[in-house]
Amino acid sequence: MKYLKPLVGVTLFLWLLLGLAYPLAMTGISQVIFPYQANGSQIRLNGRVVASAHVGQYFDQAKYFWGRPSDTVSTTTAKPDPYNAYSSAPSNLAPTNQALMAEIRSRIAALKKSIPGLKTSQIPPDLVEGSGSGLDPDISVEAAMIQIPRVAKATGLSQSFLRALVEASTSGPQWGIFGAQVVNVTQLNILLDKALHG
Amino acid sequence: MSLQTVAVWVVVVGVFLVTLKPLGTYIASVFSFEPTFLDKPLRPLEHGVFRMFGIDPSASMTARQYGVALILTNFAWIVLSYVLLRLQGQLPFNPQHMPAVNPQLAFNTATSFGTNTNWQAYSGENTMSLFSQFGNLEFLQFVTPAVGGTMAIAFIRALSGKKMGNFFVDLVLMCTRVLLPLSVVFAILMVWQGVPETLGAYLHIHTITGSTQVVPRGPMASWEAIEHLGTNGGGFTNANSANPLENPTALSNLFQVIMMGLLPVAFFYTLGVMTGKRKMAWTLISVAGLMYLAIGAMVYFPMELGDPVINALGLHGHIYRVGTELVFGTGGTAAFETSTMSFTTGSVASAHDSALPITQLAYFSAMFLNLVFGGKGVGLLNMLMLVVITVFIMGLMVGRTPEFLGKKIEAREVSLASIAFLLHPFLILVGTALSVALPAGLKGVFNPGPQGFAEILYGITSGAANNGSALGGLGAALPYYEVTIGIITVIGRFASVMAMFLLAESLLKKRSVPASSGTMRTEGILFGGILAGSVVVLNALTFFPVMALGPLAEHYLLLAHHLF
Repeated sequence: MKYLKPLVGVTLFLWLLLGLAYPLAMTGISQVIFPYQANGSQIRLNGRVVASAHVGQYFDQAKYFWGRPSDTVSTTTAKPDPYNAYSSAPSNLAPTNQALMAEIRSRIAALKKSIPGLKTSQIPPDLVEGSGSGLDPDISVEAAMIQIPRVAKATGLSQSFLRALVEASTSGPQWGIFGAQVVNVTQLNILLDKALHG
Repeated sequence: MSLQTVAVWVVVVGVFLVTLKPLGTYIASVFSFEPTFLDKPLRPLEHGVFRMFGIDPSASMTARQYGVALILTNFAWIVLSYVLLRLQGQLPFNPQHMPAVNPQLAFNTATSFGTNTNWQAYSGENTMSLFSQFGNLEFLQFVTPAVGGTMAIAFIRALSGKKMGNFFVDLVLMCTRVLLPLSVVFAILMVWQGVPETLGAYLHIHTITGSTQVVPRGPMASWEAIEHLGTNGGGFTNANSANPLENPTALSNLFQVIMMGLLPVAFFYTLGVMTGKRKMAWTLISVAGLMYLAIGAMVYFPMELGDPVINALGLHGHIYRVGTELVFGTGGTAAFETSTMSFTTGSVASAHDSALPITQLAYFSAMFLNLVFGGKGVGLLNMLMLVVITVFIMGLMVGRTPEFLGKKIEAREVSLASIAFLLHPFLILVGTALSVALPAGLKGVFNPGPQGFAEILYGITSGAANNGSALGGLGAALPYYEVTIGIITVIGRFASVMAMFLLAESLLKKRSVPASSGTMRTEGILFGGILAGSVVVLNALTFFPVMALGPLAEHYLLLAHHLF
């Protein structure tokens, strides 16, 4: 076993360098230069952490804007638990699976029921098709705009004020050319909550 | 095609084109032991380690010794990783109190991370302690791609008539001179874009609707950097780079795409520098580059055109959004998936099981080929294997003795290259046939119809190609798949490399034949065309039947609005 000594030695050295020093040093550096991001981009409201900026949350009340459908499940009961960040997952339903179409149809129906007068041709796909993580915080601008009548009715806020809130929560494309223009639903609903409760 | 799509592809291809020469030359300098800018801070440390553990950097190993040292070291890591996973509950840095990992899962995870596959039969965020993530799995995500790199370096040295080198020296240099410096830079870019980097416990958030949400955290940014730079692909969480915690913005997505391709592409140029055949390197880069773009088109256009069954509902717009994150845009998602499949990373930024059939066909093609730059170093070896086979076929056609880099290619070399080539389809087709025939294998199927077959085929292929992505519906956590795929990853990783090492050794022993006007050139458009043709024809002949049963059947059924 002439390789034993170099094998053990090199493994030990590389482990100390890559398995220990690297992650700990990067953590130290990040905590100093980007403490907000490094700790999970926490959004605070009245002193409490109410959101992690990039992680979506589940909204199903009429007074809030709704995000994309989420297919995450509970790790303890295996029952649907939308936006469970502890267990990120997509639906994994294939395009030829009837269950996928059934879900999309029922989501279209639910939207139409909650927003009187809404036509199918107004609904953008992102509002009825689930994301890859089940935690997508974003929807398209059209998806937010079509919900304004419902939110206005439930909250009593004016449609023009809500449109301004949507615009304030819209970002991208990043640097003008990368990715899509999106509305962060969590951020939008926090703004909405602030407007309602001062 | 939108401006954003054009932007992401132009930047990605542009960065690869601009970096491949300096980075490839730098890697060649490091492994030719020429002076580089990192000598001053790192050389004393590295040589101290070599001295302390009796490693003589000037003493070269033979092909067999190099191969044995490489395999023994890898197996030691697999055992070590297994033991650490089993002891997880007793080890530090475990703020969520994760218990020990069960034996089959620990076996599957250790073999999969130990072979640079990073197939995951678990959800990281609710299975692994922070220590397991950074002290065990992240460590393997450094050293196993480094091993892939050493395989290629040793092979290139032999091709250029030099000694194979010392495995332990190459391993250390690949980590300290190549992977670590790049990881430091990209980890900081990841944090800047919003990826957490902390040792703190998970966040318990009280949302404005009054419910609670547990948000996983950890040293994720440092993980993301090496996950992609090493073309590893093991996610910190289950959803991998689709999870906004791991990949929060369009820019972080772009950085991850760039990280995946930097080294595999540069390695092709390193071949040119170390053998002195830069023109041949450019020919191989062009062949792989065009295949990369072709795969990209097959991934992207179906997403833009949408699913015919959903389109019939008459929604606003028809871009396919199932299983994708909005912020990356279709172009960004396509760039990520094209790269993760071509460079055999295996991380995902969207749900592959929900992808449209032609997109899935592209995913399969990339894994079958396994040489569209491929994993760091390993893709290059596969490409050279096909070069040897192509040279042989050309020799047969014109009736001359085939030559490669001045060495005659004879029965032994062709046999070894053919063994290395055939191993991949053998593992995939036999593994799939077995899994489809056994009730234990069929139990793992999630989607009905041809997609169920595709799930099994994809899982086995992903293991054999050391890719690691999955059609997520497959019951990867079933003991049957944990064991089968674990075994396949190990054979797929090491068996063909041994054949290629023996081929290198046999080339090294031969006398050089001086080039003459009658020598077939292994560069230029003519050779590139024949090489690309051989690659496509050989793979199409091998894999068309299974593609017809999987994604192609799925495609035509979908066009006919036939659901299951």
